[in-house]
Amino acid sequence: MTPLAGYLLVAALLFSIGLAGALTRRNAILVLIGIELMLNAANLNLIAFWRYGPHPEALTGMMFAIFSIAVAAAEAAVGLGLVIQIHRHAKTTDLDQMNRMKG
Amino acid sequence: MPIVSAGLSALLKQSWRKTSATLAIGSLSFSLLLSLYAFAHVLSDWMAGIATREVVNFTWIQFGTSNVDLGWVLDPLSAIMLVMVSFVGLLIFIYSTGYMKHDENFTRFFCFMSLFAGAMLGVVIANSLLLLFMFWEIVGLTSYLLIGFWYQRPAAAAAAKKAFLTTRIGDVLFLLGIVWLFAQTGTLLLYNNGAGSIESAALSLLLSQPAALGLTAAGAIGLLIFAGAAGKSGQFPLHVWLPDAMEGPTPVSALIHAATMVAAGVYLIARVYPLMAAGALAGGTTTALTVVTWVGATTAVFAALIAVAQNDIKRILAYSTVSQLGYMMAGLGIGGVAVGIFHLITHAFFKALLFLGAGSVIHGCHEEQNVRRMGGLKSDMPLTFLTYAIGMLALCGFPLLSGFWSKDSILEAAQHWSVAKAPFYMLVFGALLTAFYMTRQMAYVFGGHWRGGKPAHESPAVMTAPLGILAFFAMTLGFIGTPAWPWFRAFLDGKTAEFDWHVLLEPGLLTLMGISTVVVLLGIILAWKIYGDRSPRPTAPDALEKAAPIAWGWLSNKFYVDEFYGATVIAFYAWWARVSDWLDRRVWGGVVAGVAWLFSMGARLNRFLDTNVVDGGFDKGCEELTVGGGLLSRMQTGRVQTYLRILALAVVVLAAILIWSYKT
Repeated sequence: MTPLAGYLLVAALLFSIGLAGALTRRNAILVLIGIELMLNAANLNLIAFWRYGPHPEALTGMMFAIFSIAVAAAEAAVGLGLVIQIHRHAKTTDLDQMNRMKG
Repeated sequence: MPIVSAGLSALLKQSWRKTSATLAIGSLSFSLLLSLYAFAHVLSDWMAGIATREVVNFTWIQFGTSNVDLGWVLDPLSAIMLVMVSFVGLLIFIYSTGYMKHDENFTRFFCFMSLFAGAMLGVVIANSLLLLFMFWEIVGLTSYLLIGFWYQRPAAAAAAKKAFLTTRIGDVLFLLGIVWLFAQTGTLLLYNNGAGSIESAALSLLLSQPAALGLTAAGAIGLLIFAGAAGKSGQFPLHVWLPDAMEGPTPVSALIHAATMVAAGVYLIARVYPLMAAGALAGGTTTALTVVTWVGATTAVFAALIAVAQNDIKRILAYSTVSQLGYMMAGLGIGGVAVGIFHLITHAFFKALLFLGAGSVIHGCHEEQNVRRMGGLKSDMPLTFLTYAIGMLALCGFPLLSGFWSKDSILEAAQHWSVAKAPFYMLVFGALLTAFYMTRQMAYVFGGHWRGGKPAHESPAVMTAPLGILAFFAMTLGFIGTPAWPWFRAFLDGKTAEFDWHVLLEPGLLTLMGISTVVVLLGIILAWKIYGDRSPRPTAPDALEKAAPIAWGWLSNKFYVDEFYGATVIAFYAWWARVSDWLDRRVWGGVVAGVAWLFSMGARLNRFLDTNVVDGGFDKGCEELTVGGGLLSRMQTGRVQTYLRILALAVVVLAAILIWSYKT
């Protein structure tokens, strides 16, 4: 088993955990945490493919990962802001009760 | 001189907007000054032996290769008319401030009056028949507005309408003449350094064009233009509006229907005189001029006869005006521009005087217009009496007053007319009648004792002062055109006048002057014998009515001309209107209804198609869309995690497909 496969396996595990968390949890904050886990799994993949790819000397993978982390941070900020607003408005963070925007 | 013209034209537009009396009088005084300046200019040129004719032309519209040019002209004729119009107008304006003092529409009155004066000055200086026609129509419009000034009175409104429609008949013919002239000569400018429409080049062209009935084009156009002039100047067939026009305020009657507007017709004939006289042999005359003469002479006698039997002070003067306009026309037809215009100028002064005097009488007698309810005003209104008497004597042609000289020059020309002697006798008879009816009026108004209600009072100075000035001119103005010193004629013709006392003593002239003096005295004495100092009761029949009731009936009903028109022209129009109405209802109405029915049938078919085909299809489409939308909207639950689940499922499926395809 190559080191790459190991990394990929860890990333896949991480992704699955994040997905499971995002799907099963009712609390909006926990769902956000799940999403963050999935994003980090993706970042791990990016780094792994770069490190064991054909051109490890170019810093492309690292750039991708840093971009992704920055975007994730922004997304988390917006998401948390939304959650706080919804909590103030509806006095709950339960996603099942937030269904007023259906068609 | 272009500056003067431009100044005048600018002034016209300005004076239209003047609303108060002060501004109106101010602007008119200013134009009087300009007129005097123009007159002095022409006069000094004349002194130096130059015949002035200054024209300013400019292009108004250009279409294709032909232009419509407008322009101003200044020559002795227009200069003297300018002075006359603005001077008489100014006096009447001043008088009006007194006469109209209590009228609530004072401002409107002066607005119209200024507009009128501006338009009249425009008529005088226009150097294009088209421009002249425009101002002519403005004059007609203001006449309408001023006759109907007291529009609350039905009689005034009707009179205004009548005046407008009657003059319109003449104006249409006038316009036809203008169009014809334009078609023939390609220009409407009167003078344009040899290229104008009444200068020799155009005239010979017109003479070579034959029209119907043995007339040349020049003659026919001349007759059409004369029709317009006849409408405006109240000549015989179209005179009916002028006496009715007396419904307007008296200063209006004086300004428009005595001194200036009605003179516009005479002025027009004088202006296009070369056209009217074109083709005349030496010492001869033309068809157009002959017609002018006959119409003028007929009008002179006809209107004078009617005036004998009228009781309204202003109506007597109105018929007198019609009659005097007949004299002017006859003078133009027989003796040329100088004779007709001389009478026009003198008449303007003494008729304005008479009308203003009548206004003063009416004012003093508390709006009473029936002469039979007046009387004895000689002592109540001495100033008015004095000036009125001067005006009356001037109108009659009493020796040495202005009317004497101007009327004599017409009579003298008529005496030597080559075509017929009848106009001469008609005019002499007219002079007799003039003296008669004026004396009758004087006797009723000023003689005898007061027969009205409240006692009369003298008018304020603002009204009597213009009377005095006019009276002065009525006395003296004749001396510019006596046979001994024919200054006026020479001025118009551009010659020099020689003072020659002996001309007066020529046997022919002396006889003529003798005849006219005798005729005038005869008329005055006759009327005094019948009416003098009798003061009959207002309801008693007139002295002449007792003598000849039938003739009196004809006269007092104005020869039934109104009734005749009512029975013929108006009845015809009424009949024609009924026929048109029937045609409208039955024939055109039917056609229109048929077309409407067709359209409504088409519309019905359309509606059926709409409701059953188009609407049905559309409704079905909408229904399907609604159902589809409902189905889709059910998918949107609003639960975030459901979406996420579907997303994850889709990713799994996608991954499965990828792996599957990679393997194979």
